Formats: sequence, C-alpha cells, structure tokens
Amino acid sequence: MRAHRGSIIRNIDWISIIIYLILIIAGWINIYAAVYDENHQSIFDISMRYGKQLIWISAAVFIASVLLIIDSKFYSAFSYIIYGLSMASLIGVLITGIVSHGAQSWFQIGNIRLQPAEFAKMATALALAQYISRDSFSFKNTKDFILCFVIISIPVILIMLQPDVGSALVYSSLIIMFYREGLNGIWLLFFSTLIFLFILSLIISQTVLIIIIVILTIIIYRINTYKFKQTAYAIAAAVIIGLLSYGILYFSDYSININYIVFFAALTYGFTGFVIAIFKRNKTLRIFASIMILAVLYVMLVNYFYNNILKEHQQHRISEVLGIETDPLGTGYNVNQSKIAIGSGGFGGKGFLNGTQTKYNFVPEQDTDFIFCTIGEEWGFVGAFLVLLTFLVLILRIIWLAERQRSVFSRVYGYSLAVVFFFHVIINIGMTIGIMPVIGIPLPFFSYGGSSLWAFTIFLFIFLRLDANRLEIFR
Amino acid sequence: MDIYNRRKYLIIAIIIAVFVLIVLRLIQLQIFDPTYKIYADNNSQRRIIQYPPRGLMYDRNGKLLVCNQIAYDLMIIPRQMSSFDTTSFLKDMQIDKNDFLERLQKAKQYSYYRPSEFYKQMSKEQYAYFQEHLYKYHGFYVQARSLREYPIAIAAHIVGDVGEVNTEMINNDKYYTIGDYAGKSGIELTFEKYLRGEKGVKIYLVDVHNRIQGSYMNGEYDTLAIPGKNLELSIDANLQEYGEILMRNKIGSIVAIEPSSGEILAMVSSPTYDPNLMVGRQRGYNYDSLLNHKDLPLYNRAVTAAYPPGSIFKMAMALIGLQEQVISEYTSLPCDKNLVGCHGHPPNSNLMRAIQYSCNPYFYVVGKRIIQQGKETSIFRDSRIGLEIWKKNIVSLGFEQKFEIGIPSVYTGFIPGPDYYDKIYGKHRWAYSTIYSLSIGQGEVLVTPLQMANFTAIIANRGFYYMPHLVKKIDDKLVEAKYRQKIITPFEKDCFEPLVEGMYAAVNEDFGTGGLARVKGLDICGKTGTAQNPHGEDHSIFIAFAPKENPKIAIAVYVENAGFGGVWAAPIASVMIEKYLTDTVTNKWSEKRILDANLIENESTQR
Ligand SMILES: [Zn+2]
Repeated sequence: MRAHRGSIIRNIDWISIIIYLILIIAGWINIYAAVYDENHQSIFDISMRYGKQLIWISAAVFIASVLLIIDSKFYSAFSYIIYGLSMASLIGVLITGIVSHGAQSWFQIGNIRLQPAEFAKMATALALAQYISRDSFSFKNTKDFILCFVIISIPVILIMLQPDVGSALVYSSLIIMFYREGLNGIWLLFFSTLIFLFILSLIISQTVLIIIIVILTIIIYRINTYKFKQTAYAIAAAVIIGLLSYGILYFSDYSININYIVFFAALTYGFTGFVIAIFKRNKTLRIFASIMILAVLYVMLVNYFYNNILKEHQQHRISEVLGIETDPLGTGYNVNQSKIAIGSGGFGGKGFLNGTQTKYNFVPEQDTDFIFCTIGEEWGFVGAFLVLLTFLVLILRIIWLAERQRSVFSRVYGYSLAVVFFFHVIINIGMTIGIMPVIGIPLPFFSYGGSSLWAFTIFLFIFLRLDANRLEIFR
Repeated sequence: MDIYNRRKYLIIAIIIAVFVLIVLRLIQLQIFDPTYKIYADNNSQRRIIQYPPRGLMYDRNGKLLVCNQIAYDLMIIPRQMSSFDTTSFLKDMQIDKNDFLERLQKAKQYSYYRPSEFYKQMSKEQYAYFQEHLYKYHGFYVQARSLREYPIAIAAHIVGDVGEVNTEMINNDKYYTIGDYAGKSGIELTFEKYLRGEKGVKIYLVDVHNRIQGSYMNGEYDTLAIPGKNLELSIDANLQEYGEILMRNKIGSIVAIEPSSGEILAMVSSPTYDPNLMVGRQRGYNYDSLLNHKDLPLYNRAVTAAYPPGSIFKMAMALIGLQEQVISEYTSLPCDKNLVGCHGHPPNSNLMRAIQYSCNPYFYVVGKRIIQQGKETSIFRDSRIGLEIWKKNIVSLGFEQKFEIGIPSVYTGFIPGPDYYDKIYGKHRWAYSTIYSLSIGQGEVLVTPLQMANFTAIIANRGFYYMPHLVKKIDDKLVEAKYRQKIITPFEKDCFEPLVEGMYAAVNEDFGTGGLARVKGLDICGKTGTAQNPHGEDHSIFIAFAPKENPKIAIAVYVENAGFGGVWAAPIASVMIEKYLTDTVTNKWSEKRILDANLIENESTQR
C-alpha cells in the first residue's frame, strides 16, 4: 500500500495540481472581493459567502485526496454504474428538488444545496470513455454512433426538463472529443449549424430566416457548380413559386399568416428542386434540395416548439438566455453593467477591494455567474489576461496529458474534461464581455458554490489519478 | 493504431484561437474603448423605480369612487452615506435620535448597497424640506409613491384596500419587491393584475455628491411605467351611499341587483367603515381597532354571513311544488295550526294567497308533498328520494353555490341533503316530520344575503339569472363572458306567475305581510321573512323587486335582531327601491323612522 501511494506521488502530474490550487485560491479571494462587506471583514467569516466558500474548498481538497487513493481501475469498472447513479440523481431532482431561479435543479440537504447536473458531466464522460474504449468501437458503425449520442442525450434531456438550458448546452462541447476519436468532420459542421440555426430562428423572424436559407442555398449551389444558367432558373423558380403561393393563399379567403405562406413556398420550392434532381440524376442538386428542405422544416419546428410547447416562463428563460428581451431589470442590463465593470478596470485595474461597479450590486450574480467582472474591474487587463492564460495552460496541459495516455479510456475521459472545461470558461467569460449569449453556467473554480467546485475537482482528479497509472493500465 | 492522432492539432488550434479572440475583446474593452470608463468614473447609478398610477374605480354612472394621492418616501442607501449635520436633520424630520438610529440600523440590516425605506409617507412639510436640502445628505433620496384615496367614503367592503406586500407575495410573484403595495382585499385584490399596471425604471447617473448628473446611456435602458387599468363597477354610488346611511346603527346587509344583467347595484354590509382609514400612516392602528371591534365592521356580511332564510324560502317551496306537480296554482289548503304555528289571516284560497299571507301550515303541507311523494312505501326511503329532488332544485336557484362576483371570500351557504341527515339521524331514520322546518326556511338551511337577492332576481326574471358581479368594465372592455351568459333555471316560466302575484299582493293588498313596503305607482313585489334567532331578537328579512313588469331592481334586506320582516326590512327595501327608481323618497315618515332607529343592542355609534 505504501509503495503504491509512493508511486502516485511520483507519477502524479504536479503541474496540474499547482494550477488547480492557484485557481481555487484566486477564486476564493475574488469572491471575497465581490461580496465584500465592511461589517464582515474577516475572510473566514462563515456567515458570508467567502467564509462558506472556504468550507467548500476544504471539502474539495479532501475529496481530491481521497480520489487519488482510490485504485484507477475502479473508474473503468464502475463507469456505467456511476453514470446510472448520476442519471438517477437527475431524475430525483426533478421529483424532490427545490426550485431556484426558475429551475428545479437543487437537492437541499440540511443547509447544503447540491446541483446534480454539475456532477453529471463527469459521469457522462466516464460512460463515454468506457463505451468508446471498446476494441470494436468505431464512429463509422451506426450503432456505436447512435449509442454515443444516446449517452449524451439522456442527461441533456433530463437537465432541459429542470429547465437549465445552460448546463444542458455544455454537452455540445463533447462533439470536439468525438471528433478527436474519429467522428467525421462533417458532423462537427452539422451540429454547429444546428445550434446556429436554433439560435437564429429564435432571434430572427421565421420568414426572414427561411428566405435567407433559400438565398444561401442558391448562392452556395452556384459557387459549387459554376452553372449560371441553372442558377438563373433557380432564382426565377423561387420568385415564381413564392408569388404563386402568395396568390393562392391570398385569394383562398383565409386570412393566412405571412409565415405560413413563406414556409409553404420554400417547401414547394425545395421539393420541386428535389424532383428535378431525381429526374436529371443530379446528385449535387439533390443534396442541396434535401438540406434546404430539412433546414426549413427545422426552423419551423424550432419556432413551433418555442411558441406552442414551451410555457411562458420557459420562453422567457430562453429569450433571456439569447438576449432577445431587453428587460432593463434582466439580461440586457446585466451584460451592460458587466461590460462597464470590466471596461472600467482598464489596464492595471482599480486594485483589490477598490472596485466600485461590482461593489454596489450593479452587476447581478456578481459572485456566481458574473464573477469575472470583479477580476476585470479590480485587476484590470493584466489580471484578466493572467486568469485566462492560466485556464488556457490548464486546458492544454490536460490535452497534453490525454494524448500521452496509452489507454483509450483515459484519453477519452481526458479530452471530455478538457472540452467541458473549455466550454465553461469561454462561455462564461464571453458572456461577461458581451460576445456570448447569457447562459447561466459557472466559471470553474471561481464562481461561488459548492456543486461546481466539487464537480470540477472530482472531474479533474479522477483524470489525474488515471494519468498517474497510465503505464500500469497498459500492462 | 491511433489513426486520428493528428486531429489534436486542429483542436488545439481552435482552443487557442477562441482564447485569443477573448483576449482581443478584453484589450478592446479595457484598454482602447473609453466609453465604459466614463460611465464608471466616480459615478454610480441610481435606479429609480417608476411606480405606475394604480387603476381608478368608477361607479356605473361614471362617479369616481377610488383614486390616487401621491406620497413621498425617504429612501436610504447606507453605503453612500457620509457624515452630515444630524442635528438639523433630526430637527427638520421631527424625529428623535433613537428613532433615527433605529431606522438606520434597520436599513443597514437589509442591505448596505440596496435602497430601503428610511421614512415612509413623509408629511408635506418634511417633503418640502427634503426637496431643498437633499444635497446635504448623501445616501438619501425621495421616492414618490401613489396611495389610495376615496372621494366618497363608501363601499369599503367592495373596493377593498391596498397594503404593503408581504414576503410570501414577493416570493410568489417576481413583480413585487419589498415595499411595494398591492391589493389586500375586495376588488383591489381580485383585480390586482389589472389595477397595478407595469412598473418602469429610470436609471440616473449620480456624482459623488449624490446629485443626479443625467440619465444613464441616454435612457436606453429606461422603461416607462404603464398605468393600471381603470374599472367601472356595477355599483350605483348614490344608492350604495343611501343604503349605508339607512343601515347605520343596525347590523345586517342590503344587496340590490339589476335582474336583467346580474349587475350588483348596491351591496351594503353594516356596520361598515370609512375606507380612508385604511390609507397612510394610520393604517395599522385603524386596522387593528376595526379588527377588534365587537360588531366586526371588517366582516362583509352581504357575502360571508349565512343566515336561515325564513319565510323567503316558501317561495322556493312553491316553485318546486309546482315543478314537481304536487300542487297547482289553485291548490287550497287550510291553515291548520296543529301542524305548525301561524298568525291570523283569511283562508288560503289558492297559492297566491298563501304567499300573500305567508301561511306556515300551507307550506308545511307543500313541503311534505315534495319530500314524501309516495314513490316508495317506506316513508324513510321516500323522504330520502324526495329530499334529493328538493336539494337539486334548490341548488339550481343559486343556493349553496359560490358566486365569483369579483371579491374574494364569498361563502357558499349550506343546503342540507340526504347524506347530511343520514349522518345526524342515521340512514333511513328520518322522514319529513323530522326535517319539516326546511319548508318554512328555518332549521339547517343557511343562505347569504347575496343569494337571497339573486333568488329575487330569478323570480323577477321569471326563471333565469346572470352571475351577479361587481365589475362591469375593465378599461372600457366588458368583463368576462361568463357574466353575460344567461343562466336558465329548470323551472317553467308559468310557475313564477303565482309567486309574482303573491308577492305583489303581500305588499299592495290588505292582509299582506309587507304592507310597509308599499309605494304608490311603483308596483313593488315583496316577501317578508323572519329568521328565528335562539340568541335574541329574531332577524328581519325582506326581498323585493320592482316594477312588477320589466323589473329594474331586485333587492334583499337582512337586519339582525330586528324582529318580524315586515317591520324593519320591508320599509328599508321600499325606500331603497324608490330611491333607485325615482331618485327621491316620498315616504319621509318611513325614512326618518329608519334613520332614527338604533337596532344594535347597546348604544354604539360605530358607523
Ligand atoms: Zn296560516
């Protein structure tokens, strides 16, 4: 036993651990600055959030040490069980969880609140690692392909039901890991398009979006084929079908929404193209027509889902997430305040505890989702850059470690960790500086709260444990 | 083996590219773009909530019942305070030092950074002083709020009151924040969502001296407050006021309904109170003293008090008897005082006369014929079937039903059915002889004055009614369709004629029980009732409508401890009807008699 432990200390990646410690301490000090109160100046005052965070941190360090002691074979042997338990906890929270910020996401155990969705990421990564590391696995195999997405879909659906769109979206980052493991690059493009279209169809009016899709299809087709004549025909056909549909529906005595007219016209146009493609055996045209039809249907479905299936408060949440609603008490205001706080930090910052914008509660959630504001305001560009750099180094370090694994299991798990971490960091920081939609996900190791801290600690230290055993597993 | 090894380079490239993008954005935001620094430079913002004016309430003739007055709260943000001349502050605010420190401590406990109320509803003098001297006191500012005002102090039970929201309301509805006002009772509560409007916000930049420097981002993030919607009530303010005056020094209620629409013209519950008492700094004190008053002035008797209906119920018995064909309008029955007591009157030659004389034995027999129709040989089984039929019919007349008239806590009343008596006497252990007092409206039956008025409207309409309601229009839009839906009772139109004739005769012919309600030319039809009160003097009841054809008003009057229905309730109903129909009262003698009467046991001048 002692020899075993010794080998861990020798083999463990101390660089990652040091970065981890730097991040959690920096996070703690920032929470102190964010909720600083003249009446409770002691950073150890446990009636305040920074005092509580210290308790979370101590527990996290303890958990990390325990994880390093557990045999690494445990994680591959129990990966599906851990996944199953995690999914059960997501179902459990839908039944017995408490509601906060409009989502039923938390278990309340005494004074402690835990958010099972935070831990589900790690569990999903384990299950994926186990599945992908099978000898026969290949993304070219349809069954394997589908099962990978099923493993992801279960937590995504369960989290969406809470509803916590932010936490659910995190799983989209795993596609980068799939790509590394052999997923066709087309899929990367496909999914980014789906997400992009989803957001667009809620931001832009459906009609405008469908028209843009039709025009884009024609343009790209034209670039692809260099056939001017065909393009001209296509444009003419689009205009004629559009006018015809308008005419038919206009004179058909029903007062029909322009949305339906455009939708109907676009579909007719797509199907016409598809039929022509079949007659002329034109494969390119067939693909373009199919993609266009699917895109139009998808936009329609998203709109239908949003308007008819989602309840009002859910719509509210999504539009707030996407920044469609400029509620001065809501999202638009937050981001603007956040930008002011960060922008006013300047190059060198205002100094520790000297921030004004983040002190006066101008930035809501300034110790959780908008914690980066305090960094930006008090430590300026220098501080913000250093924090970003530290995150980047940690992510690249994890990828480097993942690449040196000899087992596929460890590599898949490591990549999952890296991309989830990456997603959290860029979405969270991007949101505070106004280049990403406002999705309520925490900044790892910085945002106040135990669930996120513990979950990322466990996520990271399981990987470090796997890495410490990388030679053993190969045997 | 690992054929996709080279893909790591693309992934690393993507990650680094995104980080570079964020860094570039940070450089732009923090180093090159001065806009955000300007906003933050020694400036802080003040968000002033723009409270919308609460919707007003008018009566059916456009008379203003409820409006708003402006009050000013002194707000404080403890973090922005700096030392100032406390002596002059205390002197001009007229508060002492301990009070000052207590208020300050309370605000600090709430939040150092968020505004809270330091002093609510300042007097005009305090406000004037502060407008001038605000610059001296950093961390303080004045917030305007609107309070209710009642130009005519009537209908307190109907309009309800407005008060500060409690924690529960704040948690349930994110619209509210601490210190907001919301409807607490009556129409103010039921129509809160319409009346409150939508809050707006104005964001100002203030300098270190707490002076407003201008609007933030040129008002881009400001929103306008949307005023609450105005309500037009069905109440006739003149009639309501008159009814309240008549009911002074009496306990009871008056409900008047327009039969052709279900609109409630007046709803008096006595004793009542001046709604202006529920406004302003004295609200808490006044509320407590009203709450603890022995005559329960806060209690809306018109919809929450349930009484036995007394002889009024004979009308319902007559209707059911005709509908079940156990009697006809020609049925003549002797006044057999062995069955149940009665007073001296000419013989009941037909149903109409029996109603005119309100003969107890007559309706005892009608009740028996309804409850024991002989469908079963066992009188116990038979009574069970009969009572089931009876209850179904009674309920169809609006009894034991909850009317959503536009104010909360409307009571359903109680109509006993077979299950109820099974529980008391045991199954098949009771028959008509056990429960006969139902037939003359005594016993377990409980109805509210509102239900009695609605029943009167059904008779006036000869068979249908509209859900009684208090609000006609919301911002010129008619209220919900459910209030405009004719509700047709299962009784034939013909069944109502003998009732109407009987009620007409009861008021307008000799030996009628409601002679005191007679007014020449108005064709008032009415019915007296007296509810036995084991605790004291009987309750006096009268229902009436007028005119006989195309009735314009149906009314129920209930006066507690006032004895026989014809003595007090009938004249009150009569002058109310006359007031509504002709806007004058000719019978000055009757009016004076009512106004002078004090029917509350010990002398109390509670209004
Ligand atoms: Zn008699």
